[in-house]
Amino acid sequence: MGTMVVTTEKVKELQKVLNAQLLAIGVSLAILIDEAGNVIVAAGNENGVDTTSLAALAAANFGATAQIAKLLGEEDFSILYHKGKRDNIHFTKIGMDFILVTIFTDEIPLGLVRLRVNQVAQELLNLLSEND
Amino acid sequence: MALIDLNKREIHCKIVYYGPGRCGKTTNLFYIYNAVSEKYRGKLLTIETRGERTLFFDLLPINLGKIHGLDIRIQLYTVPGQSHYRATRKLVLKGVDGIVFVADSLRKRREKNIESLIDLKNNLKEYGLKLEELPLVFQYNKRDLINANIPLLTIEELENDLNKDLKAPYFEAAALKGIGVFETLKEISKRTVKYVARKYIFNQAHKRAQGGVL
Ligand SMILES: Nc1nc2c(ncn2[C@@H]2O[C@H](COP(=O)(O)OP(=O)(O)OP(=O)(O)O)[C@@H](O)[C@H]2O)c(=O)[nH]1
Ligand SMILES: [Mg+2]
Repeated sequence: MGTMVVTTEKVKELQKVLNAQLLAIGVSLAILIDEAGNVIVAAGNENGVDTTSLAALAAANFGATAQIAKLLGEEDFSILYHKGKRDNIHFTKIGMDFILVTIFTDEIPLGLVRLRVNQVAQELLNLLSEND
Repeated sequence: MALIDLNKREIHCKIVYYGPGRCGKTTNLFYIYNAVSEKYRGKLLTIETRGERTLFFDLLPINLGKIHGLDIRIQLYTVPGQSHYRATRKLVLKGVDGIVFVADSLRKRREKNIESLIDLKNNLKEYGLKLEELPLVFQYNKRDLINANIPLLTIEELENDLNKDLKAPYFEAAALKGIGVFETLKEISKRTVKYVARKYIFNQAHKRAQGGVL
């Protein structure tokens, strides 16, 4: 498995995408993580959120769900969604190796979040795979 | 998969403690957590079944200080050792950069140690990795029980069972008392950081060669 290197410019570009597409519609926090559970970049309000633990659990959770999919003969579940009293959390696979975690309140319609997440997926993937 | 973040000037590596059920993996992490000052460690995340058995994994992030101006951040993970959690162990291995194999010195756990090492090799193979090519350290744990008149494997037996071909460094430990815990951690960290840095430098050189004028 390779080593992933992110430069300051790359972080800025990724953050710009997250800001423009997700924070702009009111998403509280968007975190891009890798398959090992590392936080590559976070945008939004991190106050009181342990992003390191969250990333590790999200990666594990996604991996577990992919295995469940396999057991059921499903291709893969590329999206996971959990609804809470106040906060909702949405996980999307970005390419093979990355996961985008989005946290938002009930005031933001899920459909809008889904739409935006789908739109940014390719953009993020392009940024992540063009290595300099 | 290690992450080198040039923005925050951090290197993140993933080290996994592997080994059969009850060999003392979680005990290693607890000891490290309690011994390291808060400044240099993150939260200890554990997902336990009832009792003390690990269900999914434990995670302890620690900060090893700076090398060449880069902060070295290590994520220590443990796997659930019980044999029926094989799928879960494989998930935890995803993106691993270094491995501590904790073996149980109890004579009656001899087969379990050997089985667990084979399981590790198989799981790595499914990610296209080879144990021989990864940073690896053995820890022969529960050496303190020698005083309790409980039949233990000798170091020669453990070496012969597990490390004959791999020839990785090993440490005798009594993790519950902290003996050997930091020696193990220090050696695997050193090896892992070296391995990650070397891969990075190699990749850079490779890229430069590809993108060069010739
Ligand atoms: N005497 C002695 N007991 C130990 C030592 N290390 C761990 N133990 C005990 O062994 C038992 C199992 O330890 P854990 O650290 O939970 O084992 P584990 O490898 O995490 O086990 P799983 O989560 O099931 O894979 C506990 O009761 C520990 O107190 C040691 O060095 N000496
Ligand atoms: Mg455990």
